[in-house]
Amino acid sequence: MSKMHVKMTVNGKEIEALAEPRTLLIHFLRENQKLTGPHIGCDTGHCGACTIDLDGKSIKSCMTFVGQVAGKSVTTIEGIANPDGTLHALQEAFREHHGLQCGFCTPGMITRAHSLLQENPDPTDEEIRYGISGNLCRCTGYQNIVKAIRAAAQMLNVQEAAE
Amino acid sequence: MIPGSFDYHRPQSVSEATAMLADLGEDALIVAGGHSLIPMMKLRMALPEHLIDIQDIADIKSISISGRDVAIGAMVTQADLINSAELQAICPILRETSLQIADPQIRNLGTIGGNVANGDPGNDLPALMQTLDASYILVSNSGTREVKARDFYEAAYFTERSETEILTAIHFTAPPAGHGFSYMKQKRKIGDYATAAAAVIIALKDGTVESASIGLTNVSDTPLYAEQASRLLIGSRLDDATIKSAVEAAKTITDPAEDGRGPKEFRVHLTGVMVERAIRQAIKTAT
Ligand SMILES: Cc1cc2nc3c(=O)[nH]c(=O)nc-3n(C[C@H](O)[C@H](O)[C@H](O)COP(=O)(O)OP(=O)(O)OC[C@H]3O[C@@H](n4cnc5c(N)ncnc54)[C@H](O)[C@@H]3O)c2cc1C
Ligand code: FES
Ligand code: FES
Repeated sequence: MSKMHVKMTVNGKEIEALAEPRTLLIHFLRENQKLTGPHIGCDTGHCGACTIDLDGKSIKSCMTFVGQVAGKSVTTIEGIANPDGTLHALQEAFREHHGLQCGFCTPGMITRAHSLLQENPDPTDEEIRYGISGNLCRCTGYQNIVKAIRAAAQMLNVQEAAE
Repeated sequence: MIPGSFDYHRPQSVSEATAMLADLGEDALIVAGGHSLIPMMKLRMALPEHLIDIQDIADIKSISISGRDVAIGAMVTQADLINSAELQAICPILRETSLQIADPQIRNLGTIGGNVANGDPGNDLPALMQTLDASYILVSNSGTREVKARDFYEAAYFTERSETEILTAIHFTAPPAGHGFSYMKQKRKIGDYATAAAAVIIALKDGTVESASIGLTNVSDTPLYAEQASRLLIGSRLDDATIKSAVEAAKTITDPAEDGRGPKEFRVHLTGVMVERAIRQAIKTAT
């Protein structure tokens, strides 16, 4: 069972690599691409720590083989900050509103929230809670996570109105 | 957990995929979203030597509706089912049920075809397909056949599909306009399979039931179409005594496993609760 050639876009950059077909996307990102932002929490699809964006949709990278995403575009938490290096509104808001404690779930939470705000730029608290229902926070800091996502949505909507 | 080794293939058409299946036989498995298969591969309960990824096959990805006839391609994702306004207009129980499957990330890759082909009694869509009296289209090198969802499931992970067949589409006729519907699922947390769940579809005329259909999830080693319970509702005006008799009839066909979701008696009892709630909710949604 030979290695396969995979090509994809990762955080805006085209990459090419050799990988065993059985490589899970999370392992490929962390070990081959050295992107250790996405975490491995449960390895069973439940916790959402490994959430990444695939062609604009949130997916769990521990439940996906690398070959399945060949030819597609992947965004990890490393690709969320603004091009000039300043923090994205979501990252700012998580800091400002104490949306993280130990920080383990944070890359998955922010990546998921990023896609959620694209689907629904002005979500209610209930929609935020439903939208992040596939992400667990072991520190159970959900109140502030919801607050941070709401604040980021407001910030982004104000920015958009100003442009 | 690392799955065993395999070779990965991405055929571009149904015929290319069925040729591979014919050639590789039991050494090959289809992968759709992978969200039931990859967990099995991690546990080494599935050890395919070849994975045939069917994501590039263009003609099994769409929903087409003509009149009340619905055809859904196998690679339509659970998120697509939720987002289809056309489907929502004619058969809203598909959206209601899909919203109770797993979580947003899983539904972005998990497909309807994988959910119904998988054969896990915990999957939510098979009982719904039985309730809708849907048929599955199975294609192999030697031809195409259609199998009713009500005849498809044999035991946990054993279905009528042979290993050289691909499930390409699901066909059904949407229930009459104004039908009442509900999918009630009791689960321990988001992303959990049902402790018990019930799908109910009823069509009323002047308060009398013209047609009724009830399906049950995860209370036996296959999904269940509750035929007797459905029949009891037909012709009635859904008085309390009739509902009670249908609930009891549904409970008698169950044989739930004892697992972390609770002892058998509890799950049988809960089946009754889900059926009753689903009937009452269906009455409310009927117009
Ligand atoms: C954390 C988590 C929670 C979940 N919760 C739920 C839940 O609450 N309810 C629920 O119903 N499901 C749940 N699931 C399962 C999920 O819905 C899966 O997506 C679904 O069961 C399988 O679809 P798939 O496209 O991922 O199929 P795969 O995993 O790719 O395939 C499943 C099986 O079907 C076969 N197969 C797939 N497509 C075809 C085809 N077109 N023709 C023939 N054979 C095919 C494969 O060979 C494999 O054996 C959950 C999964 C996870 C990881
Ligand atoms: S590590 Fe992927 S969902 Fe938990
Ligand atoms: S901040 Fe610790 S797991 Fe969420």
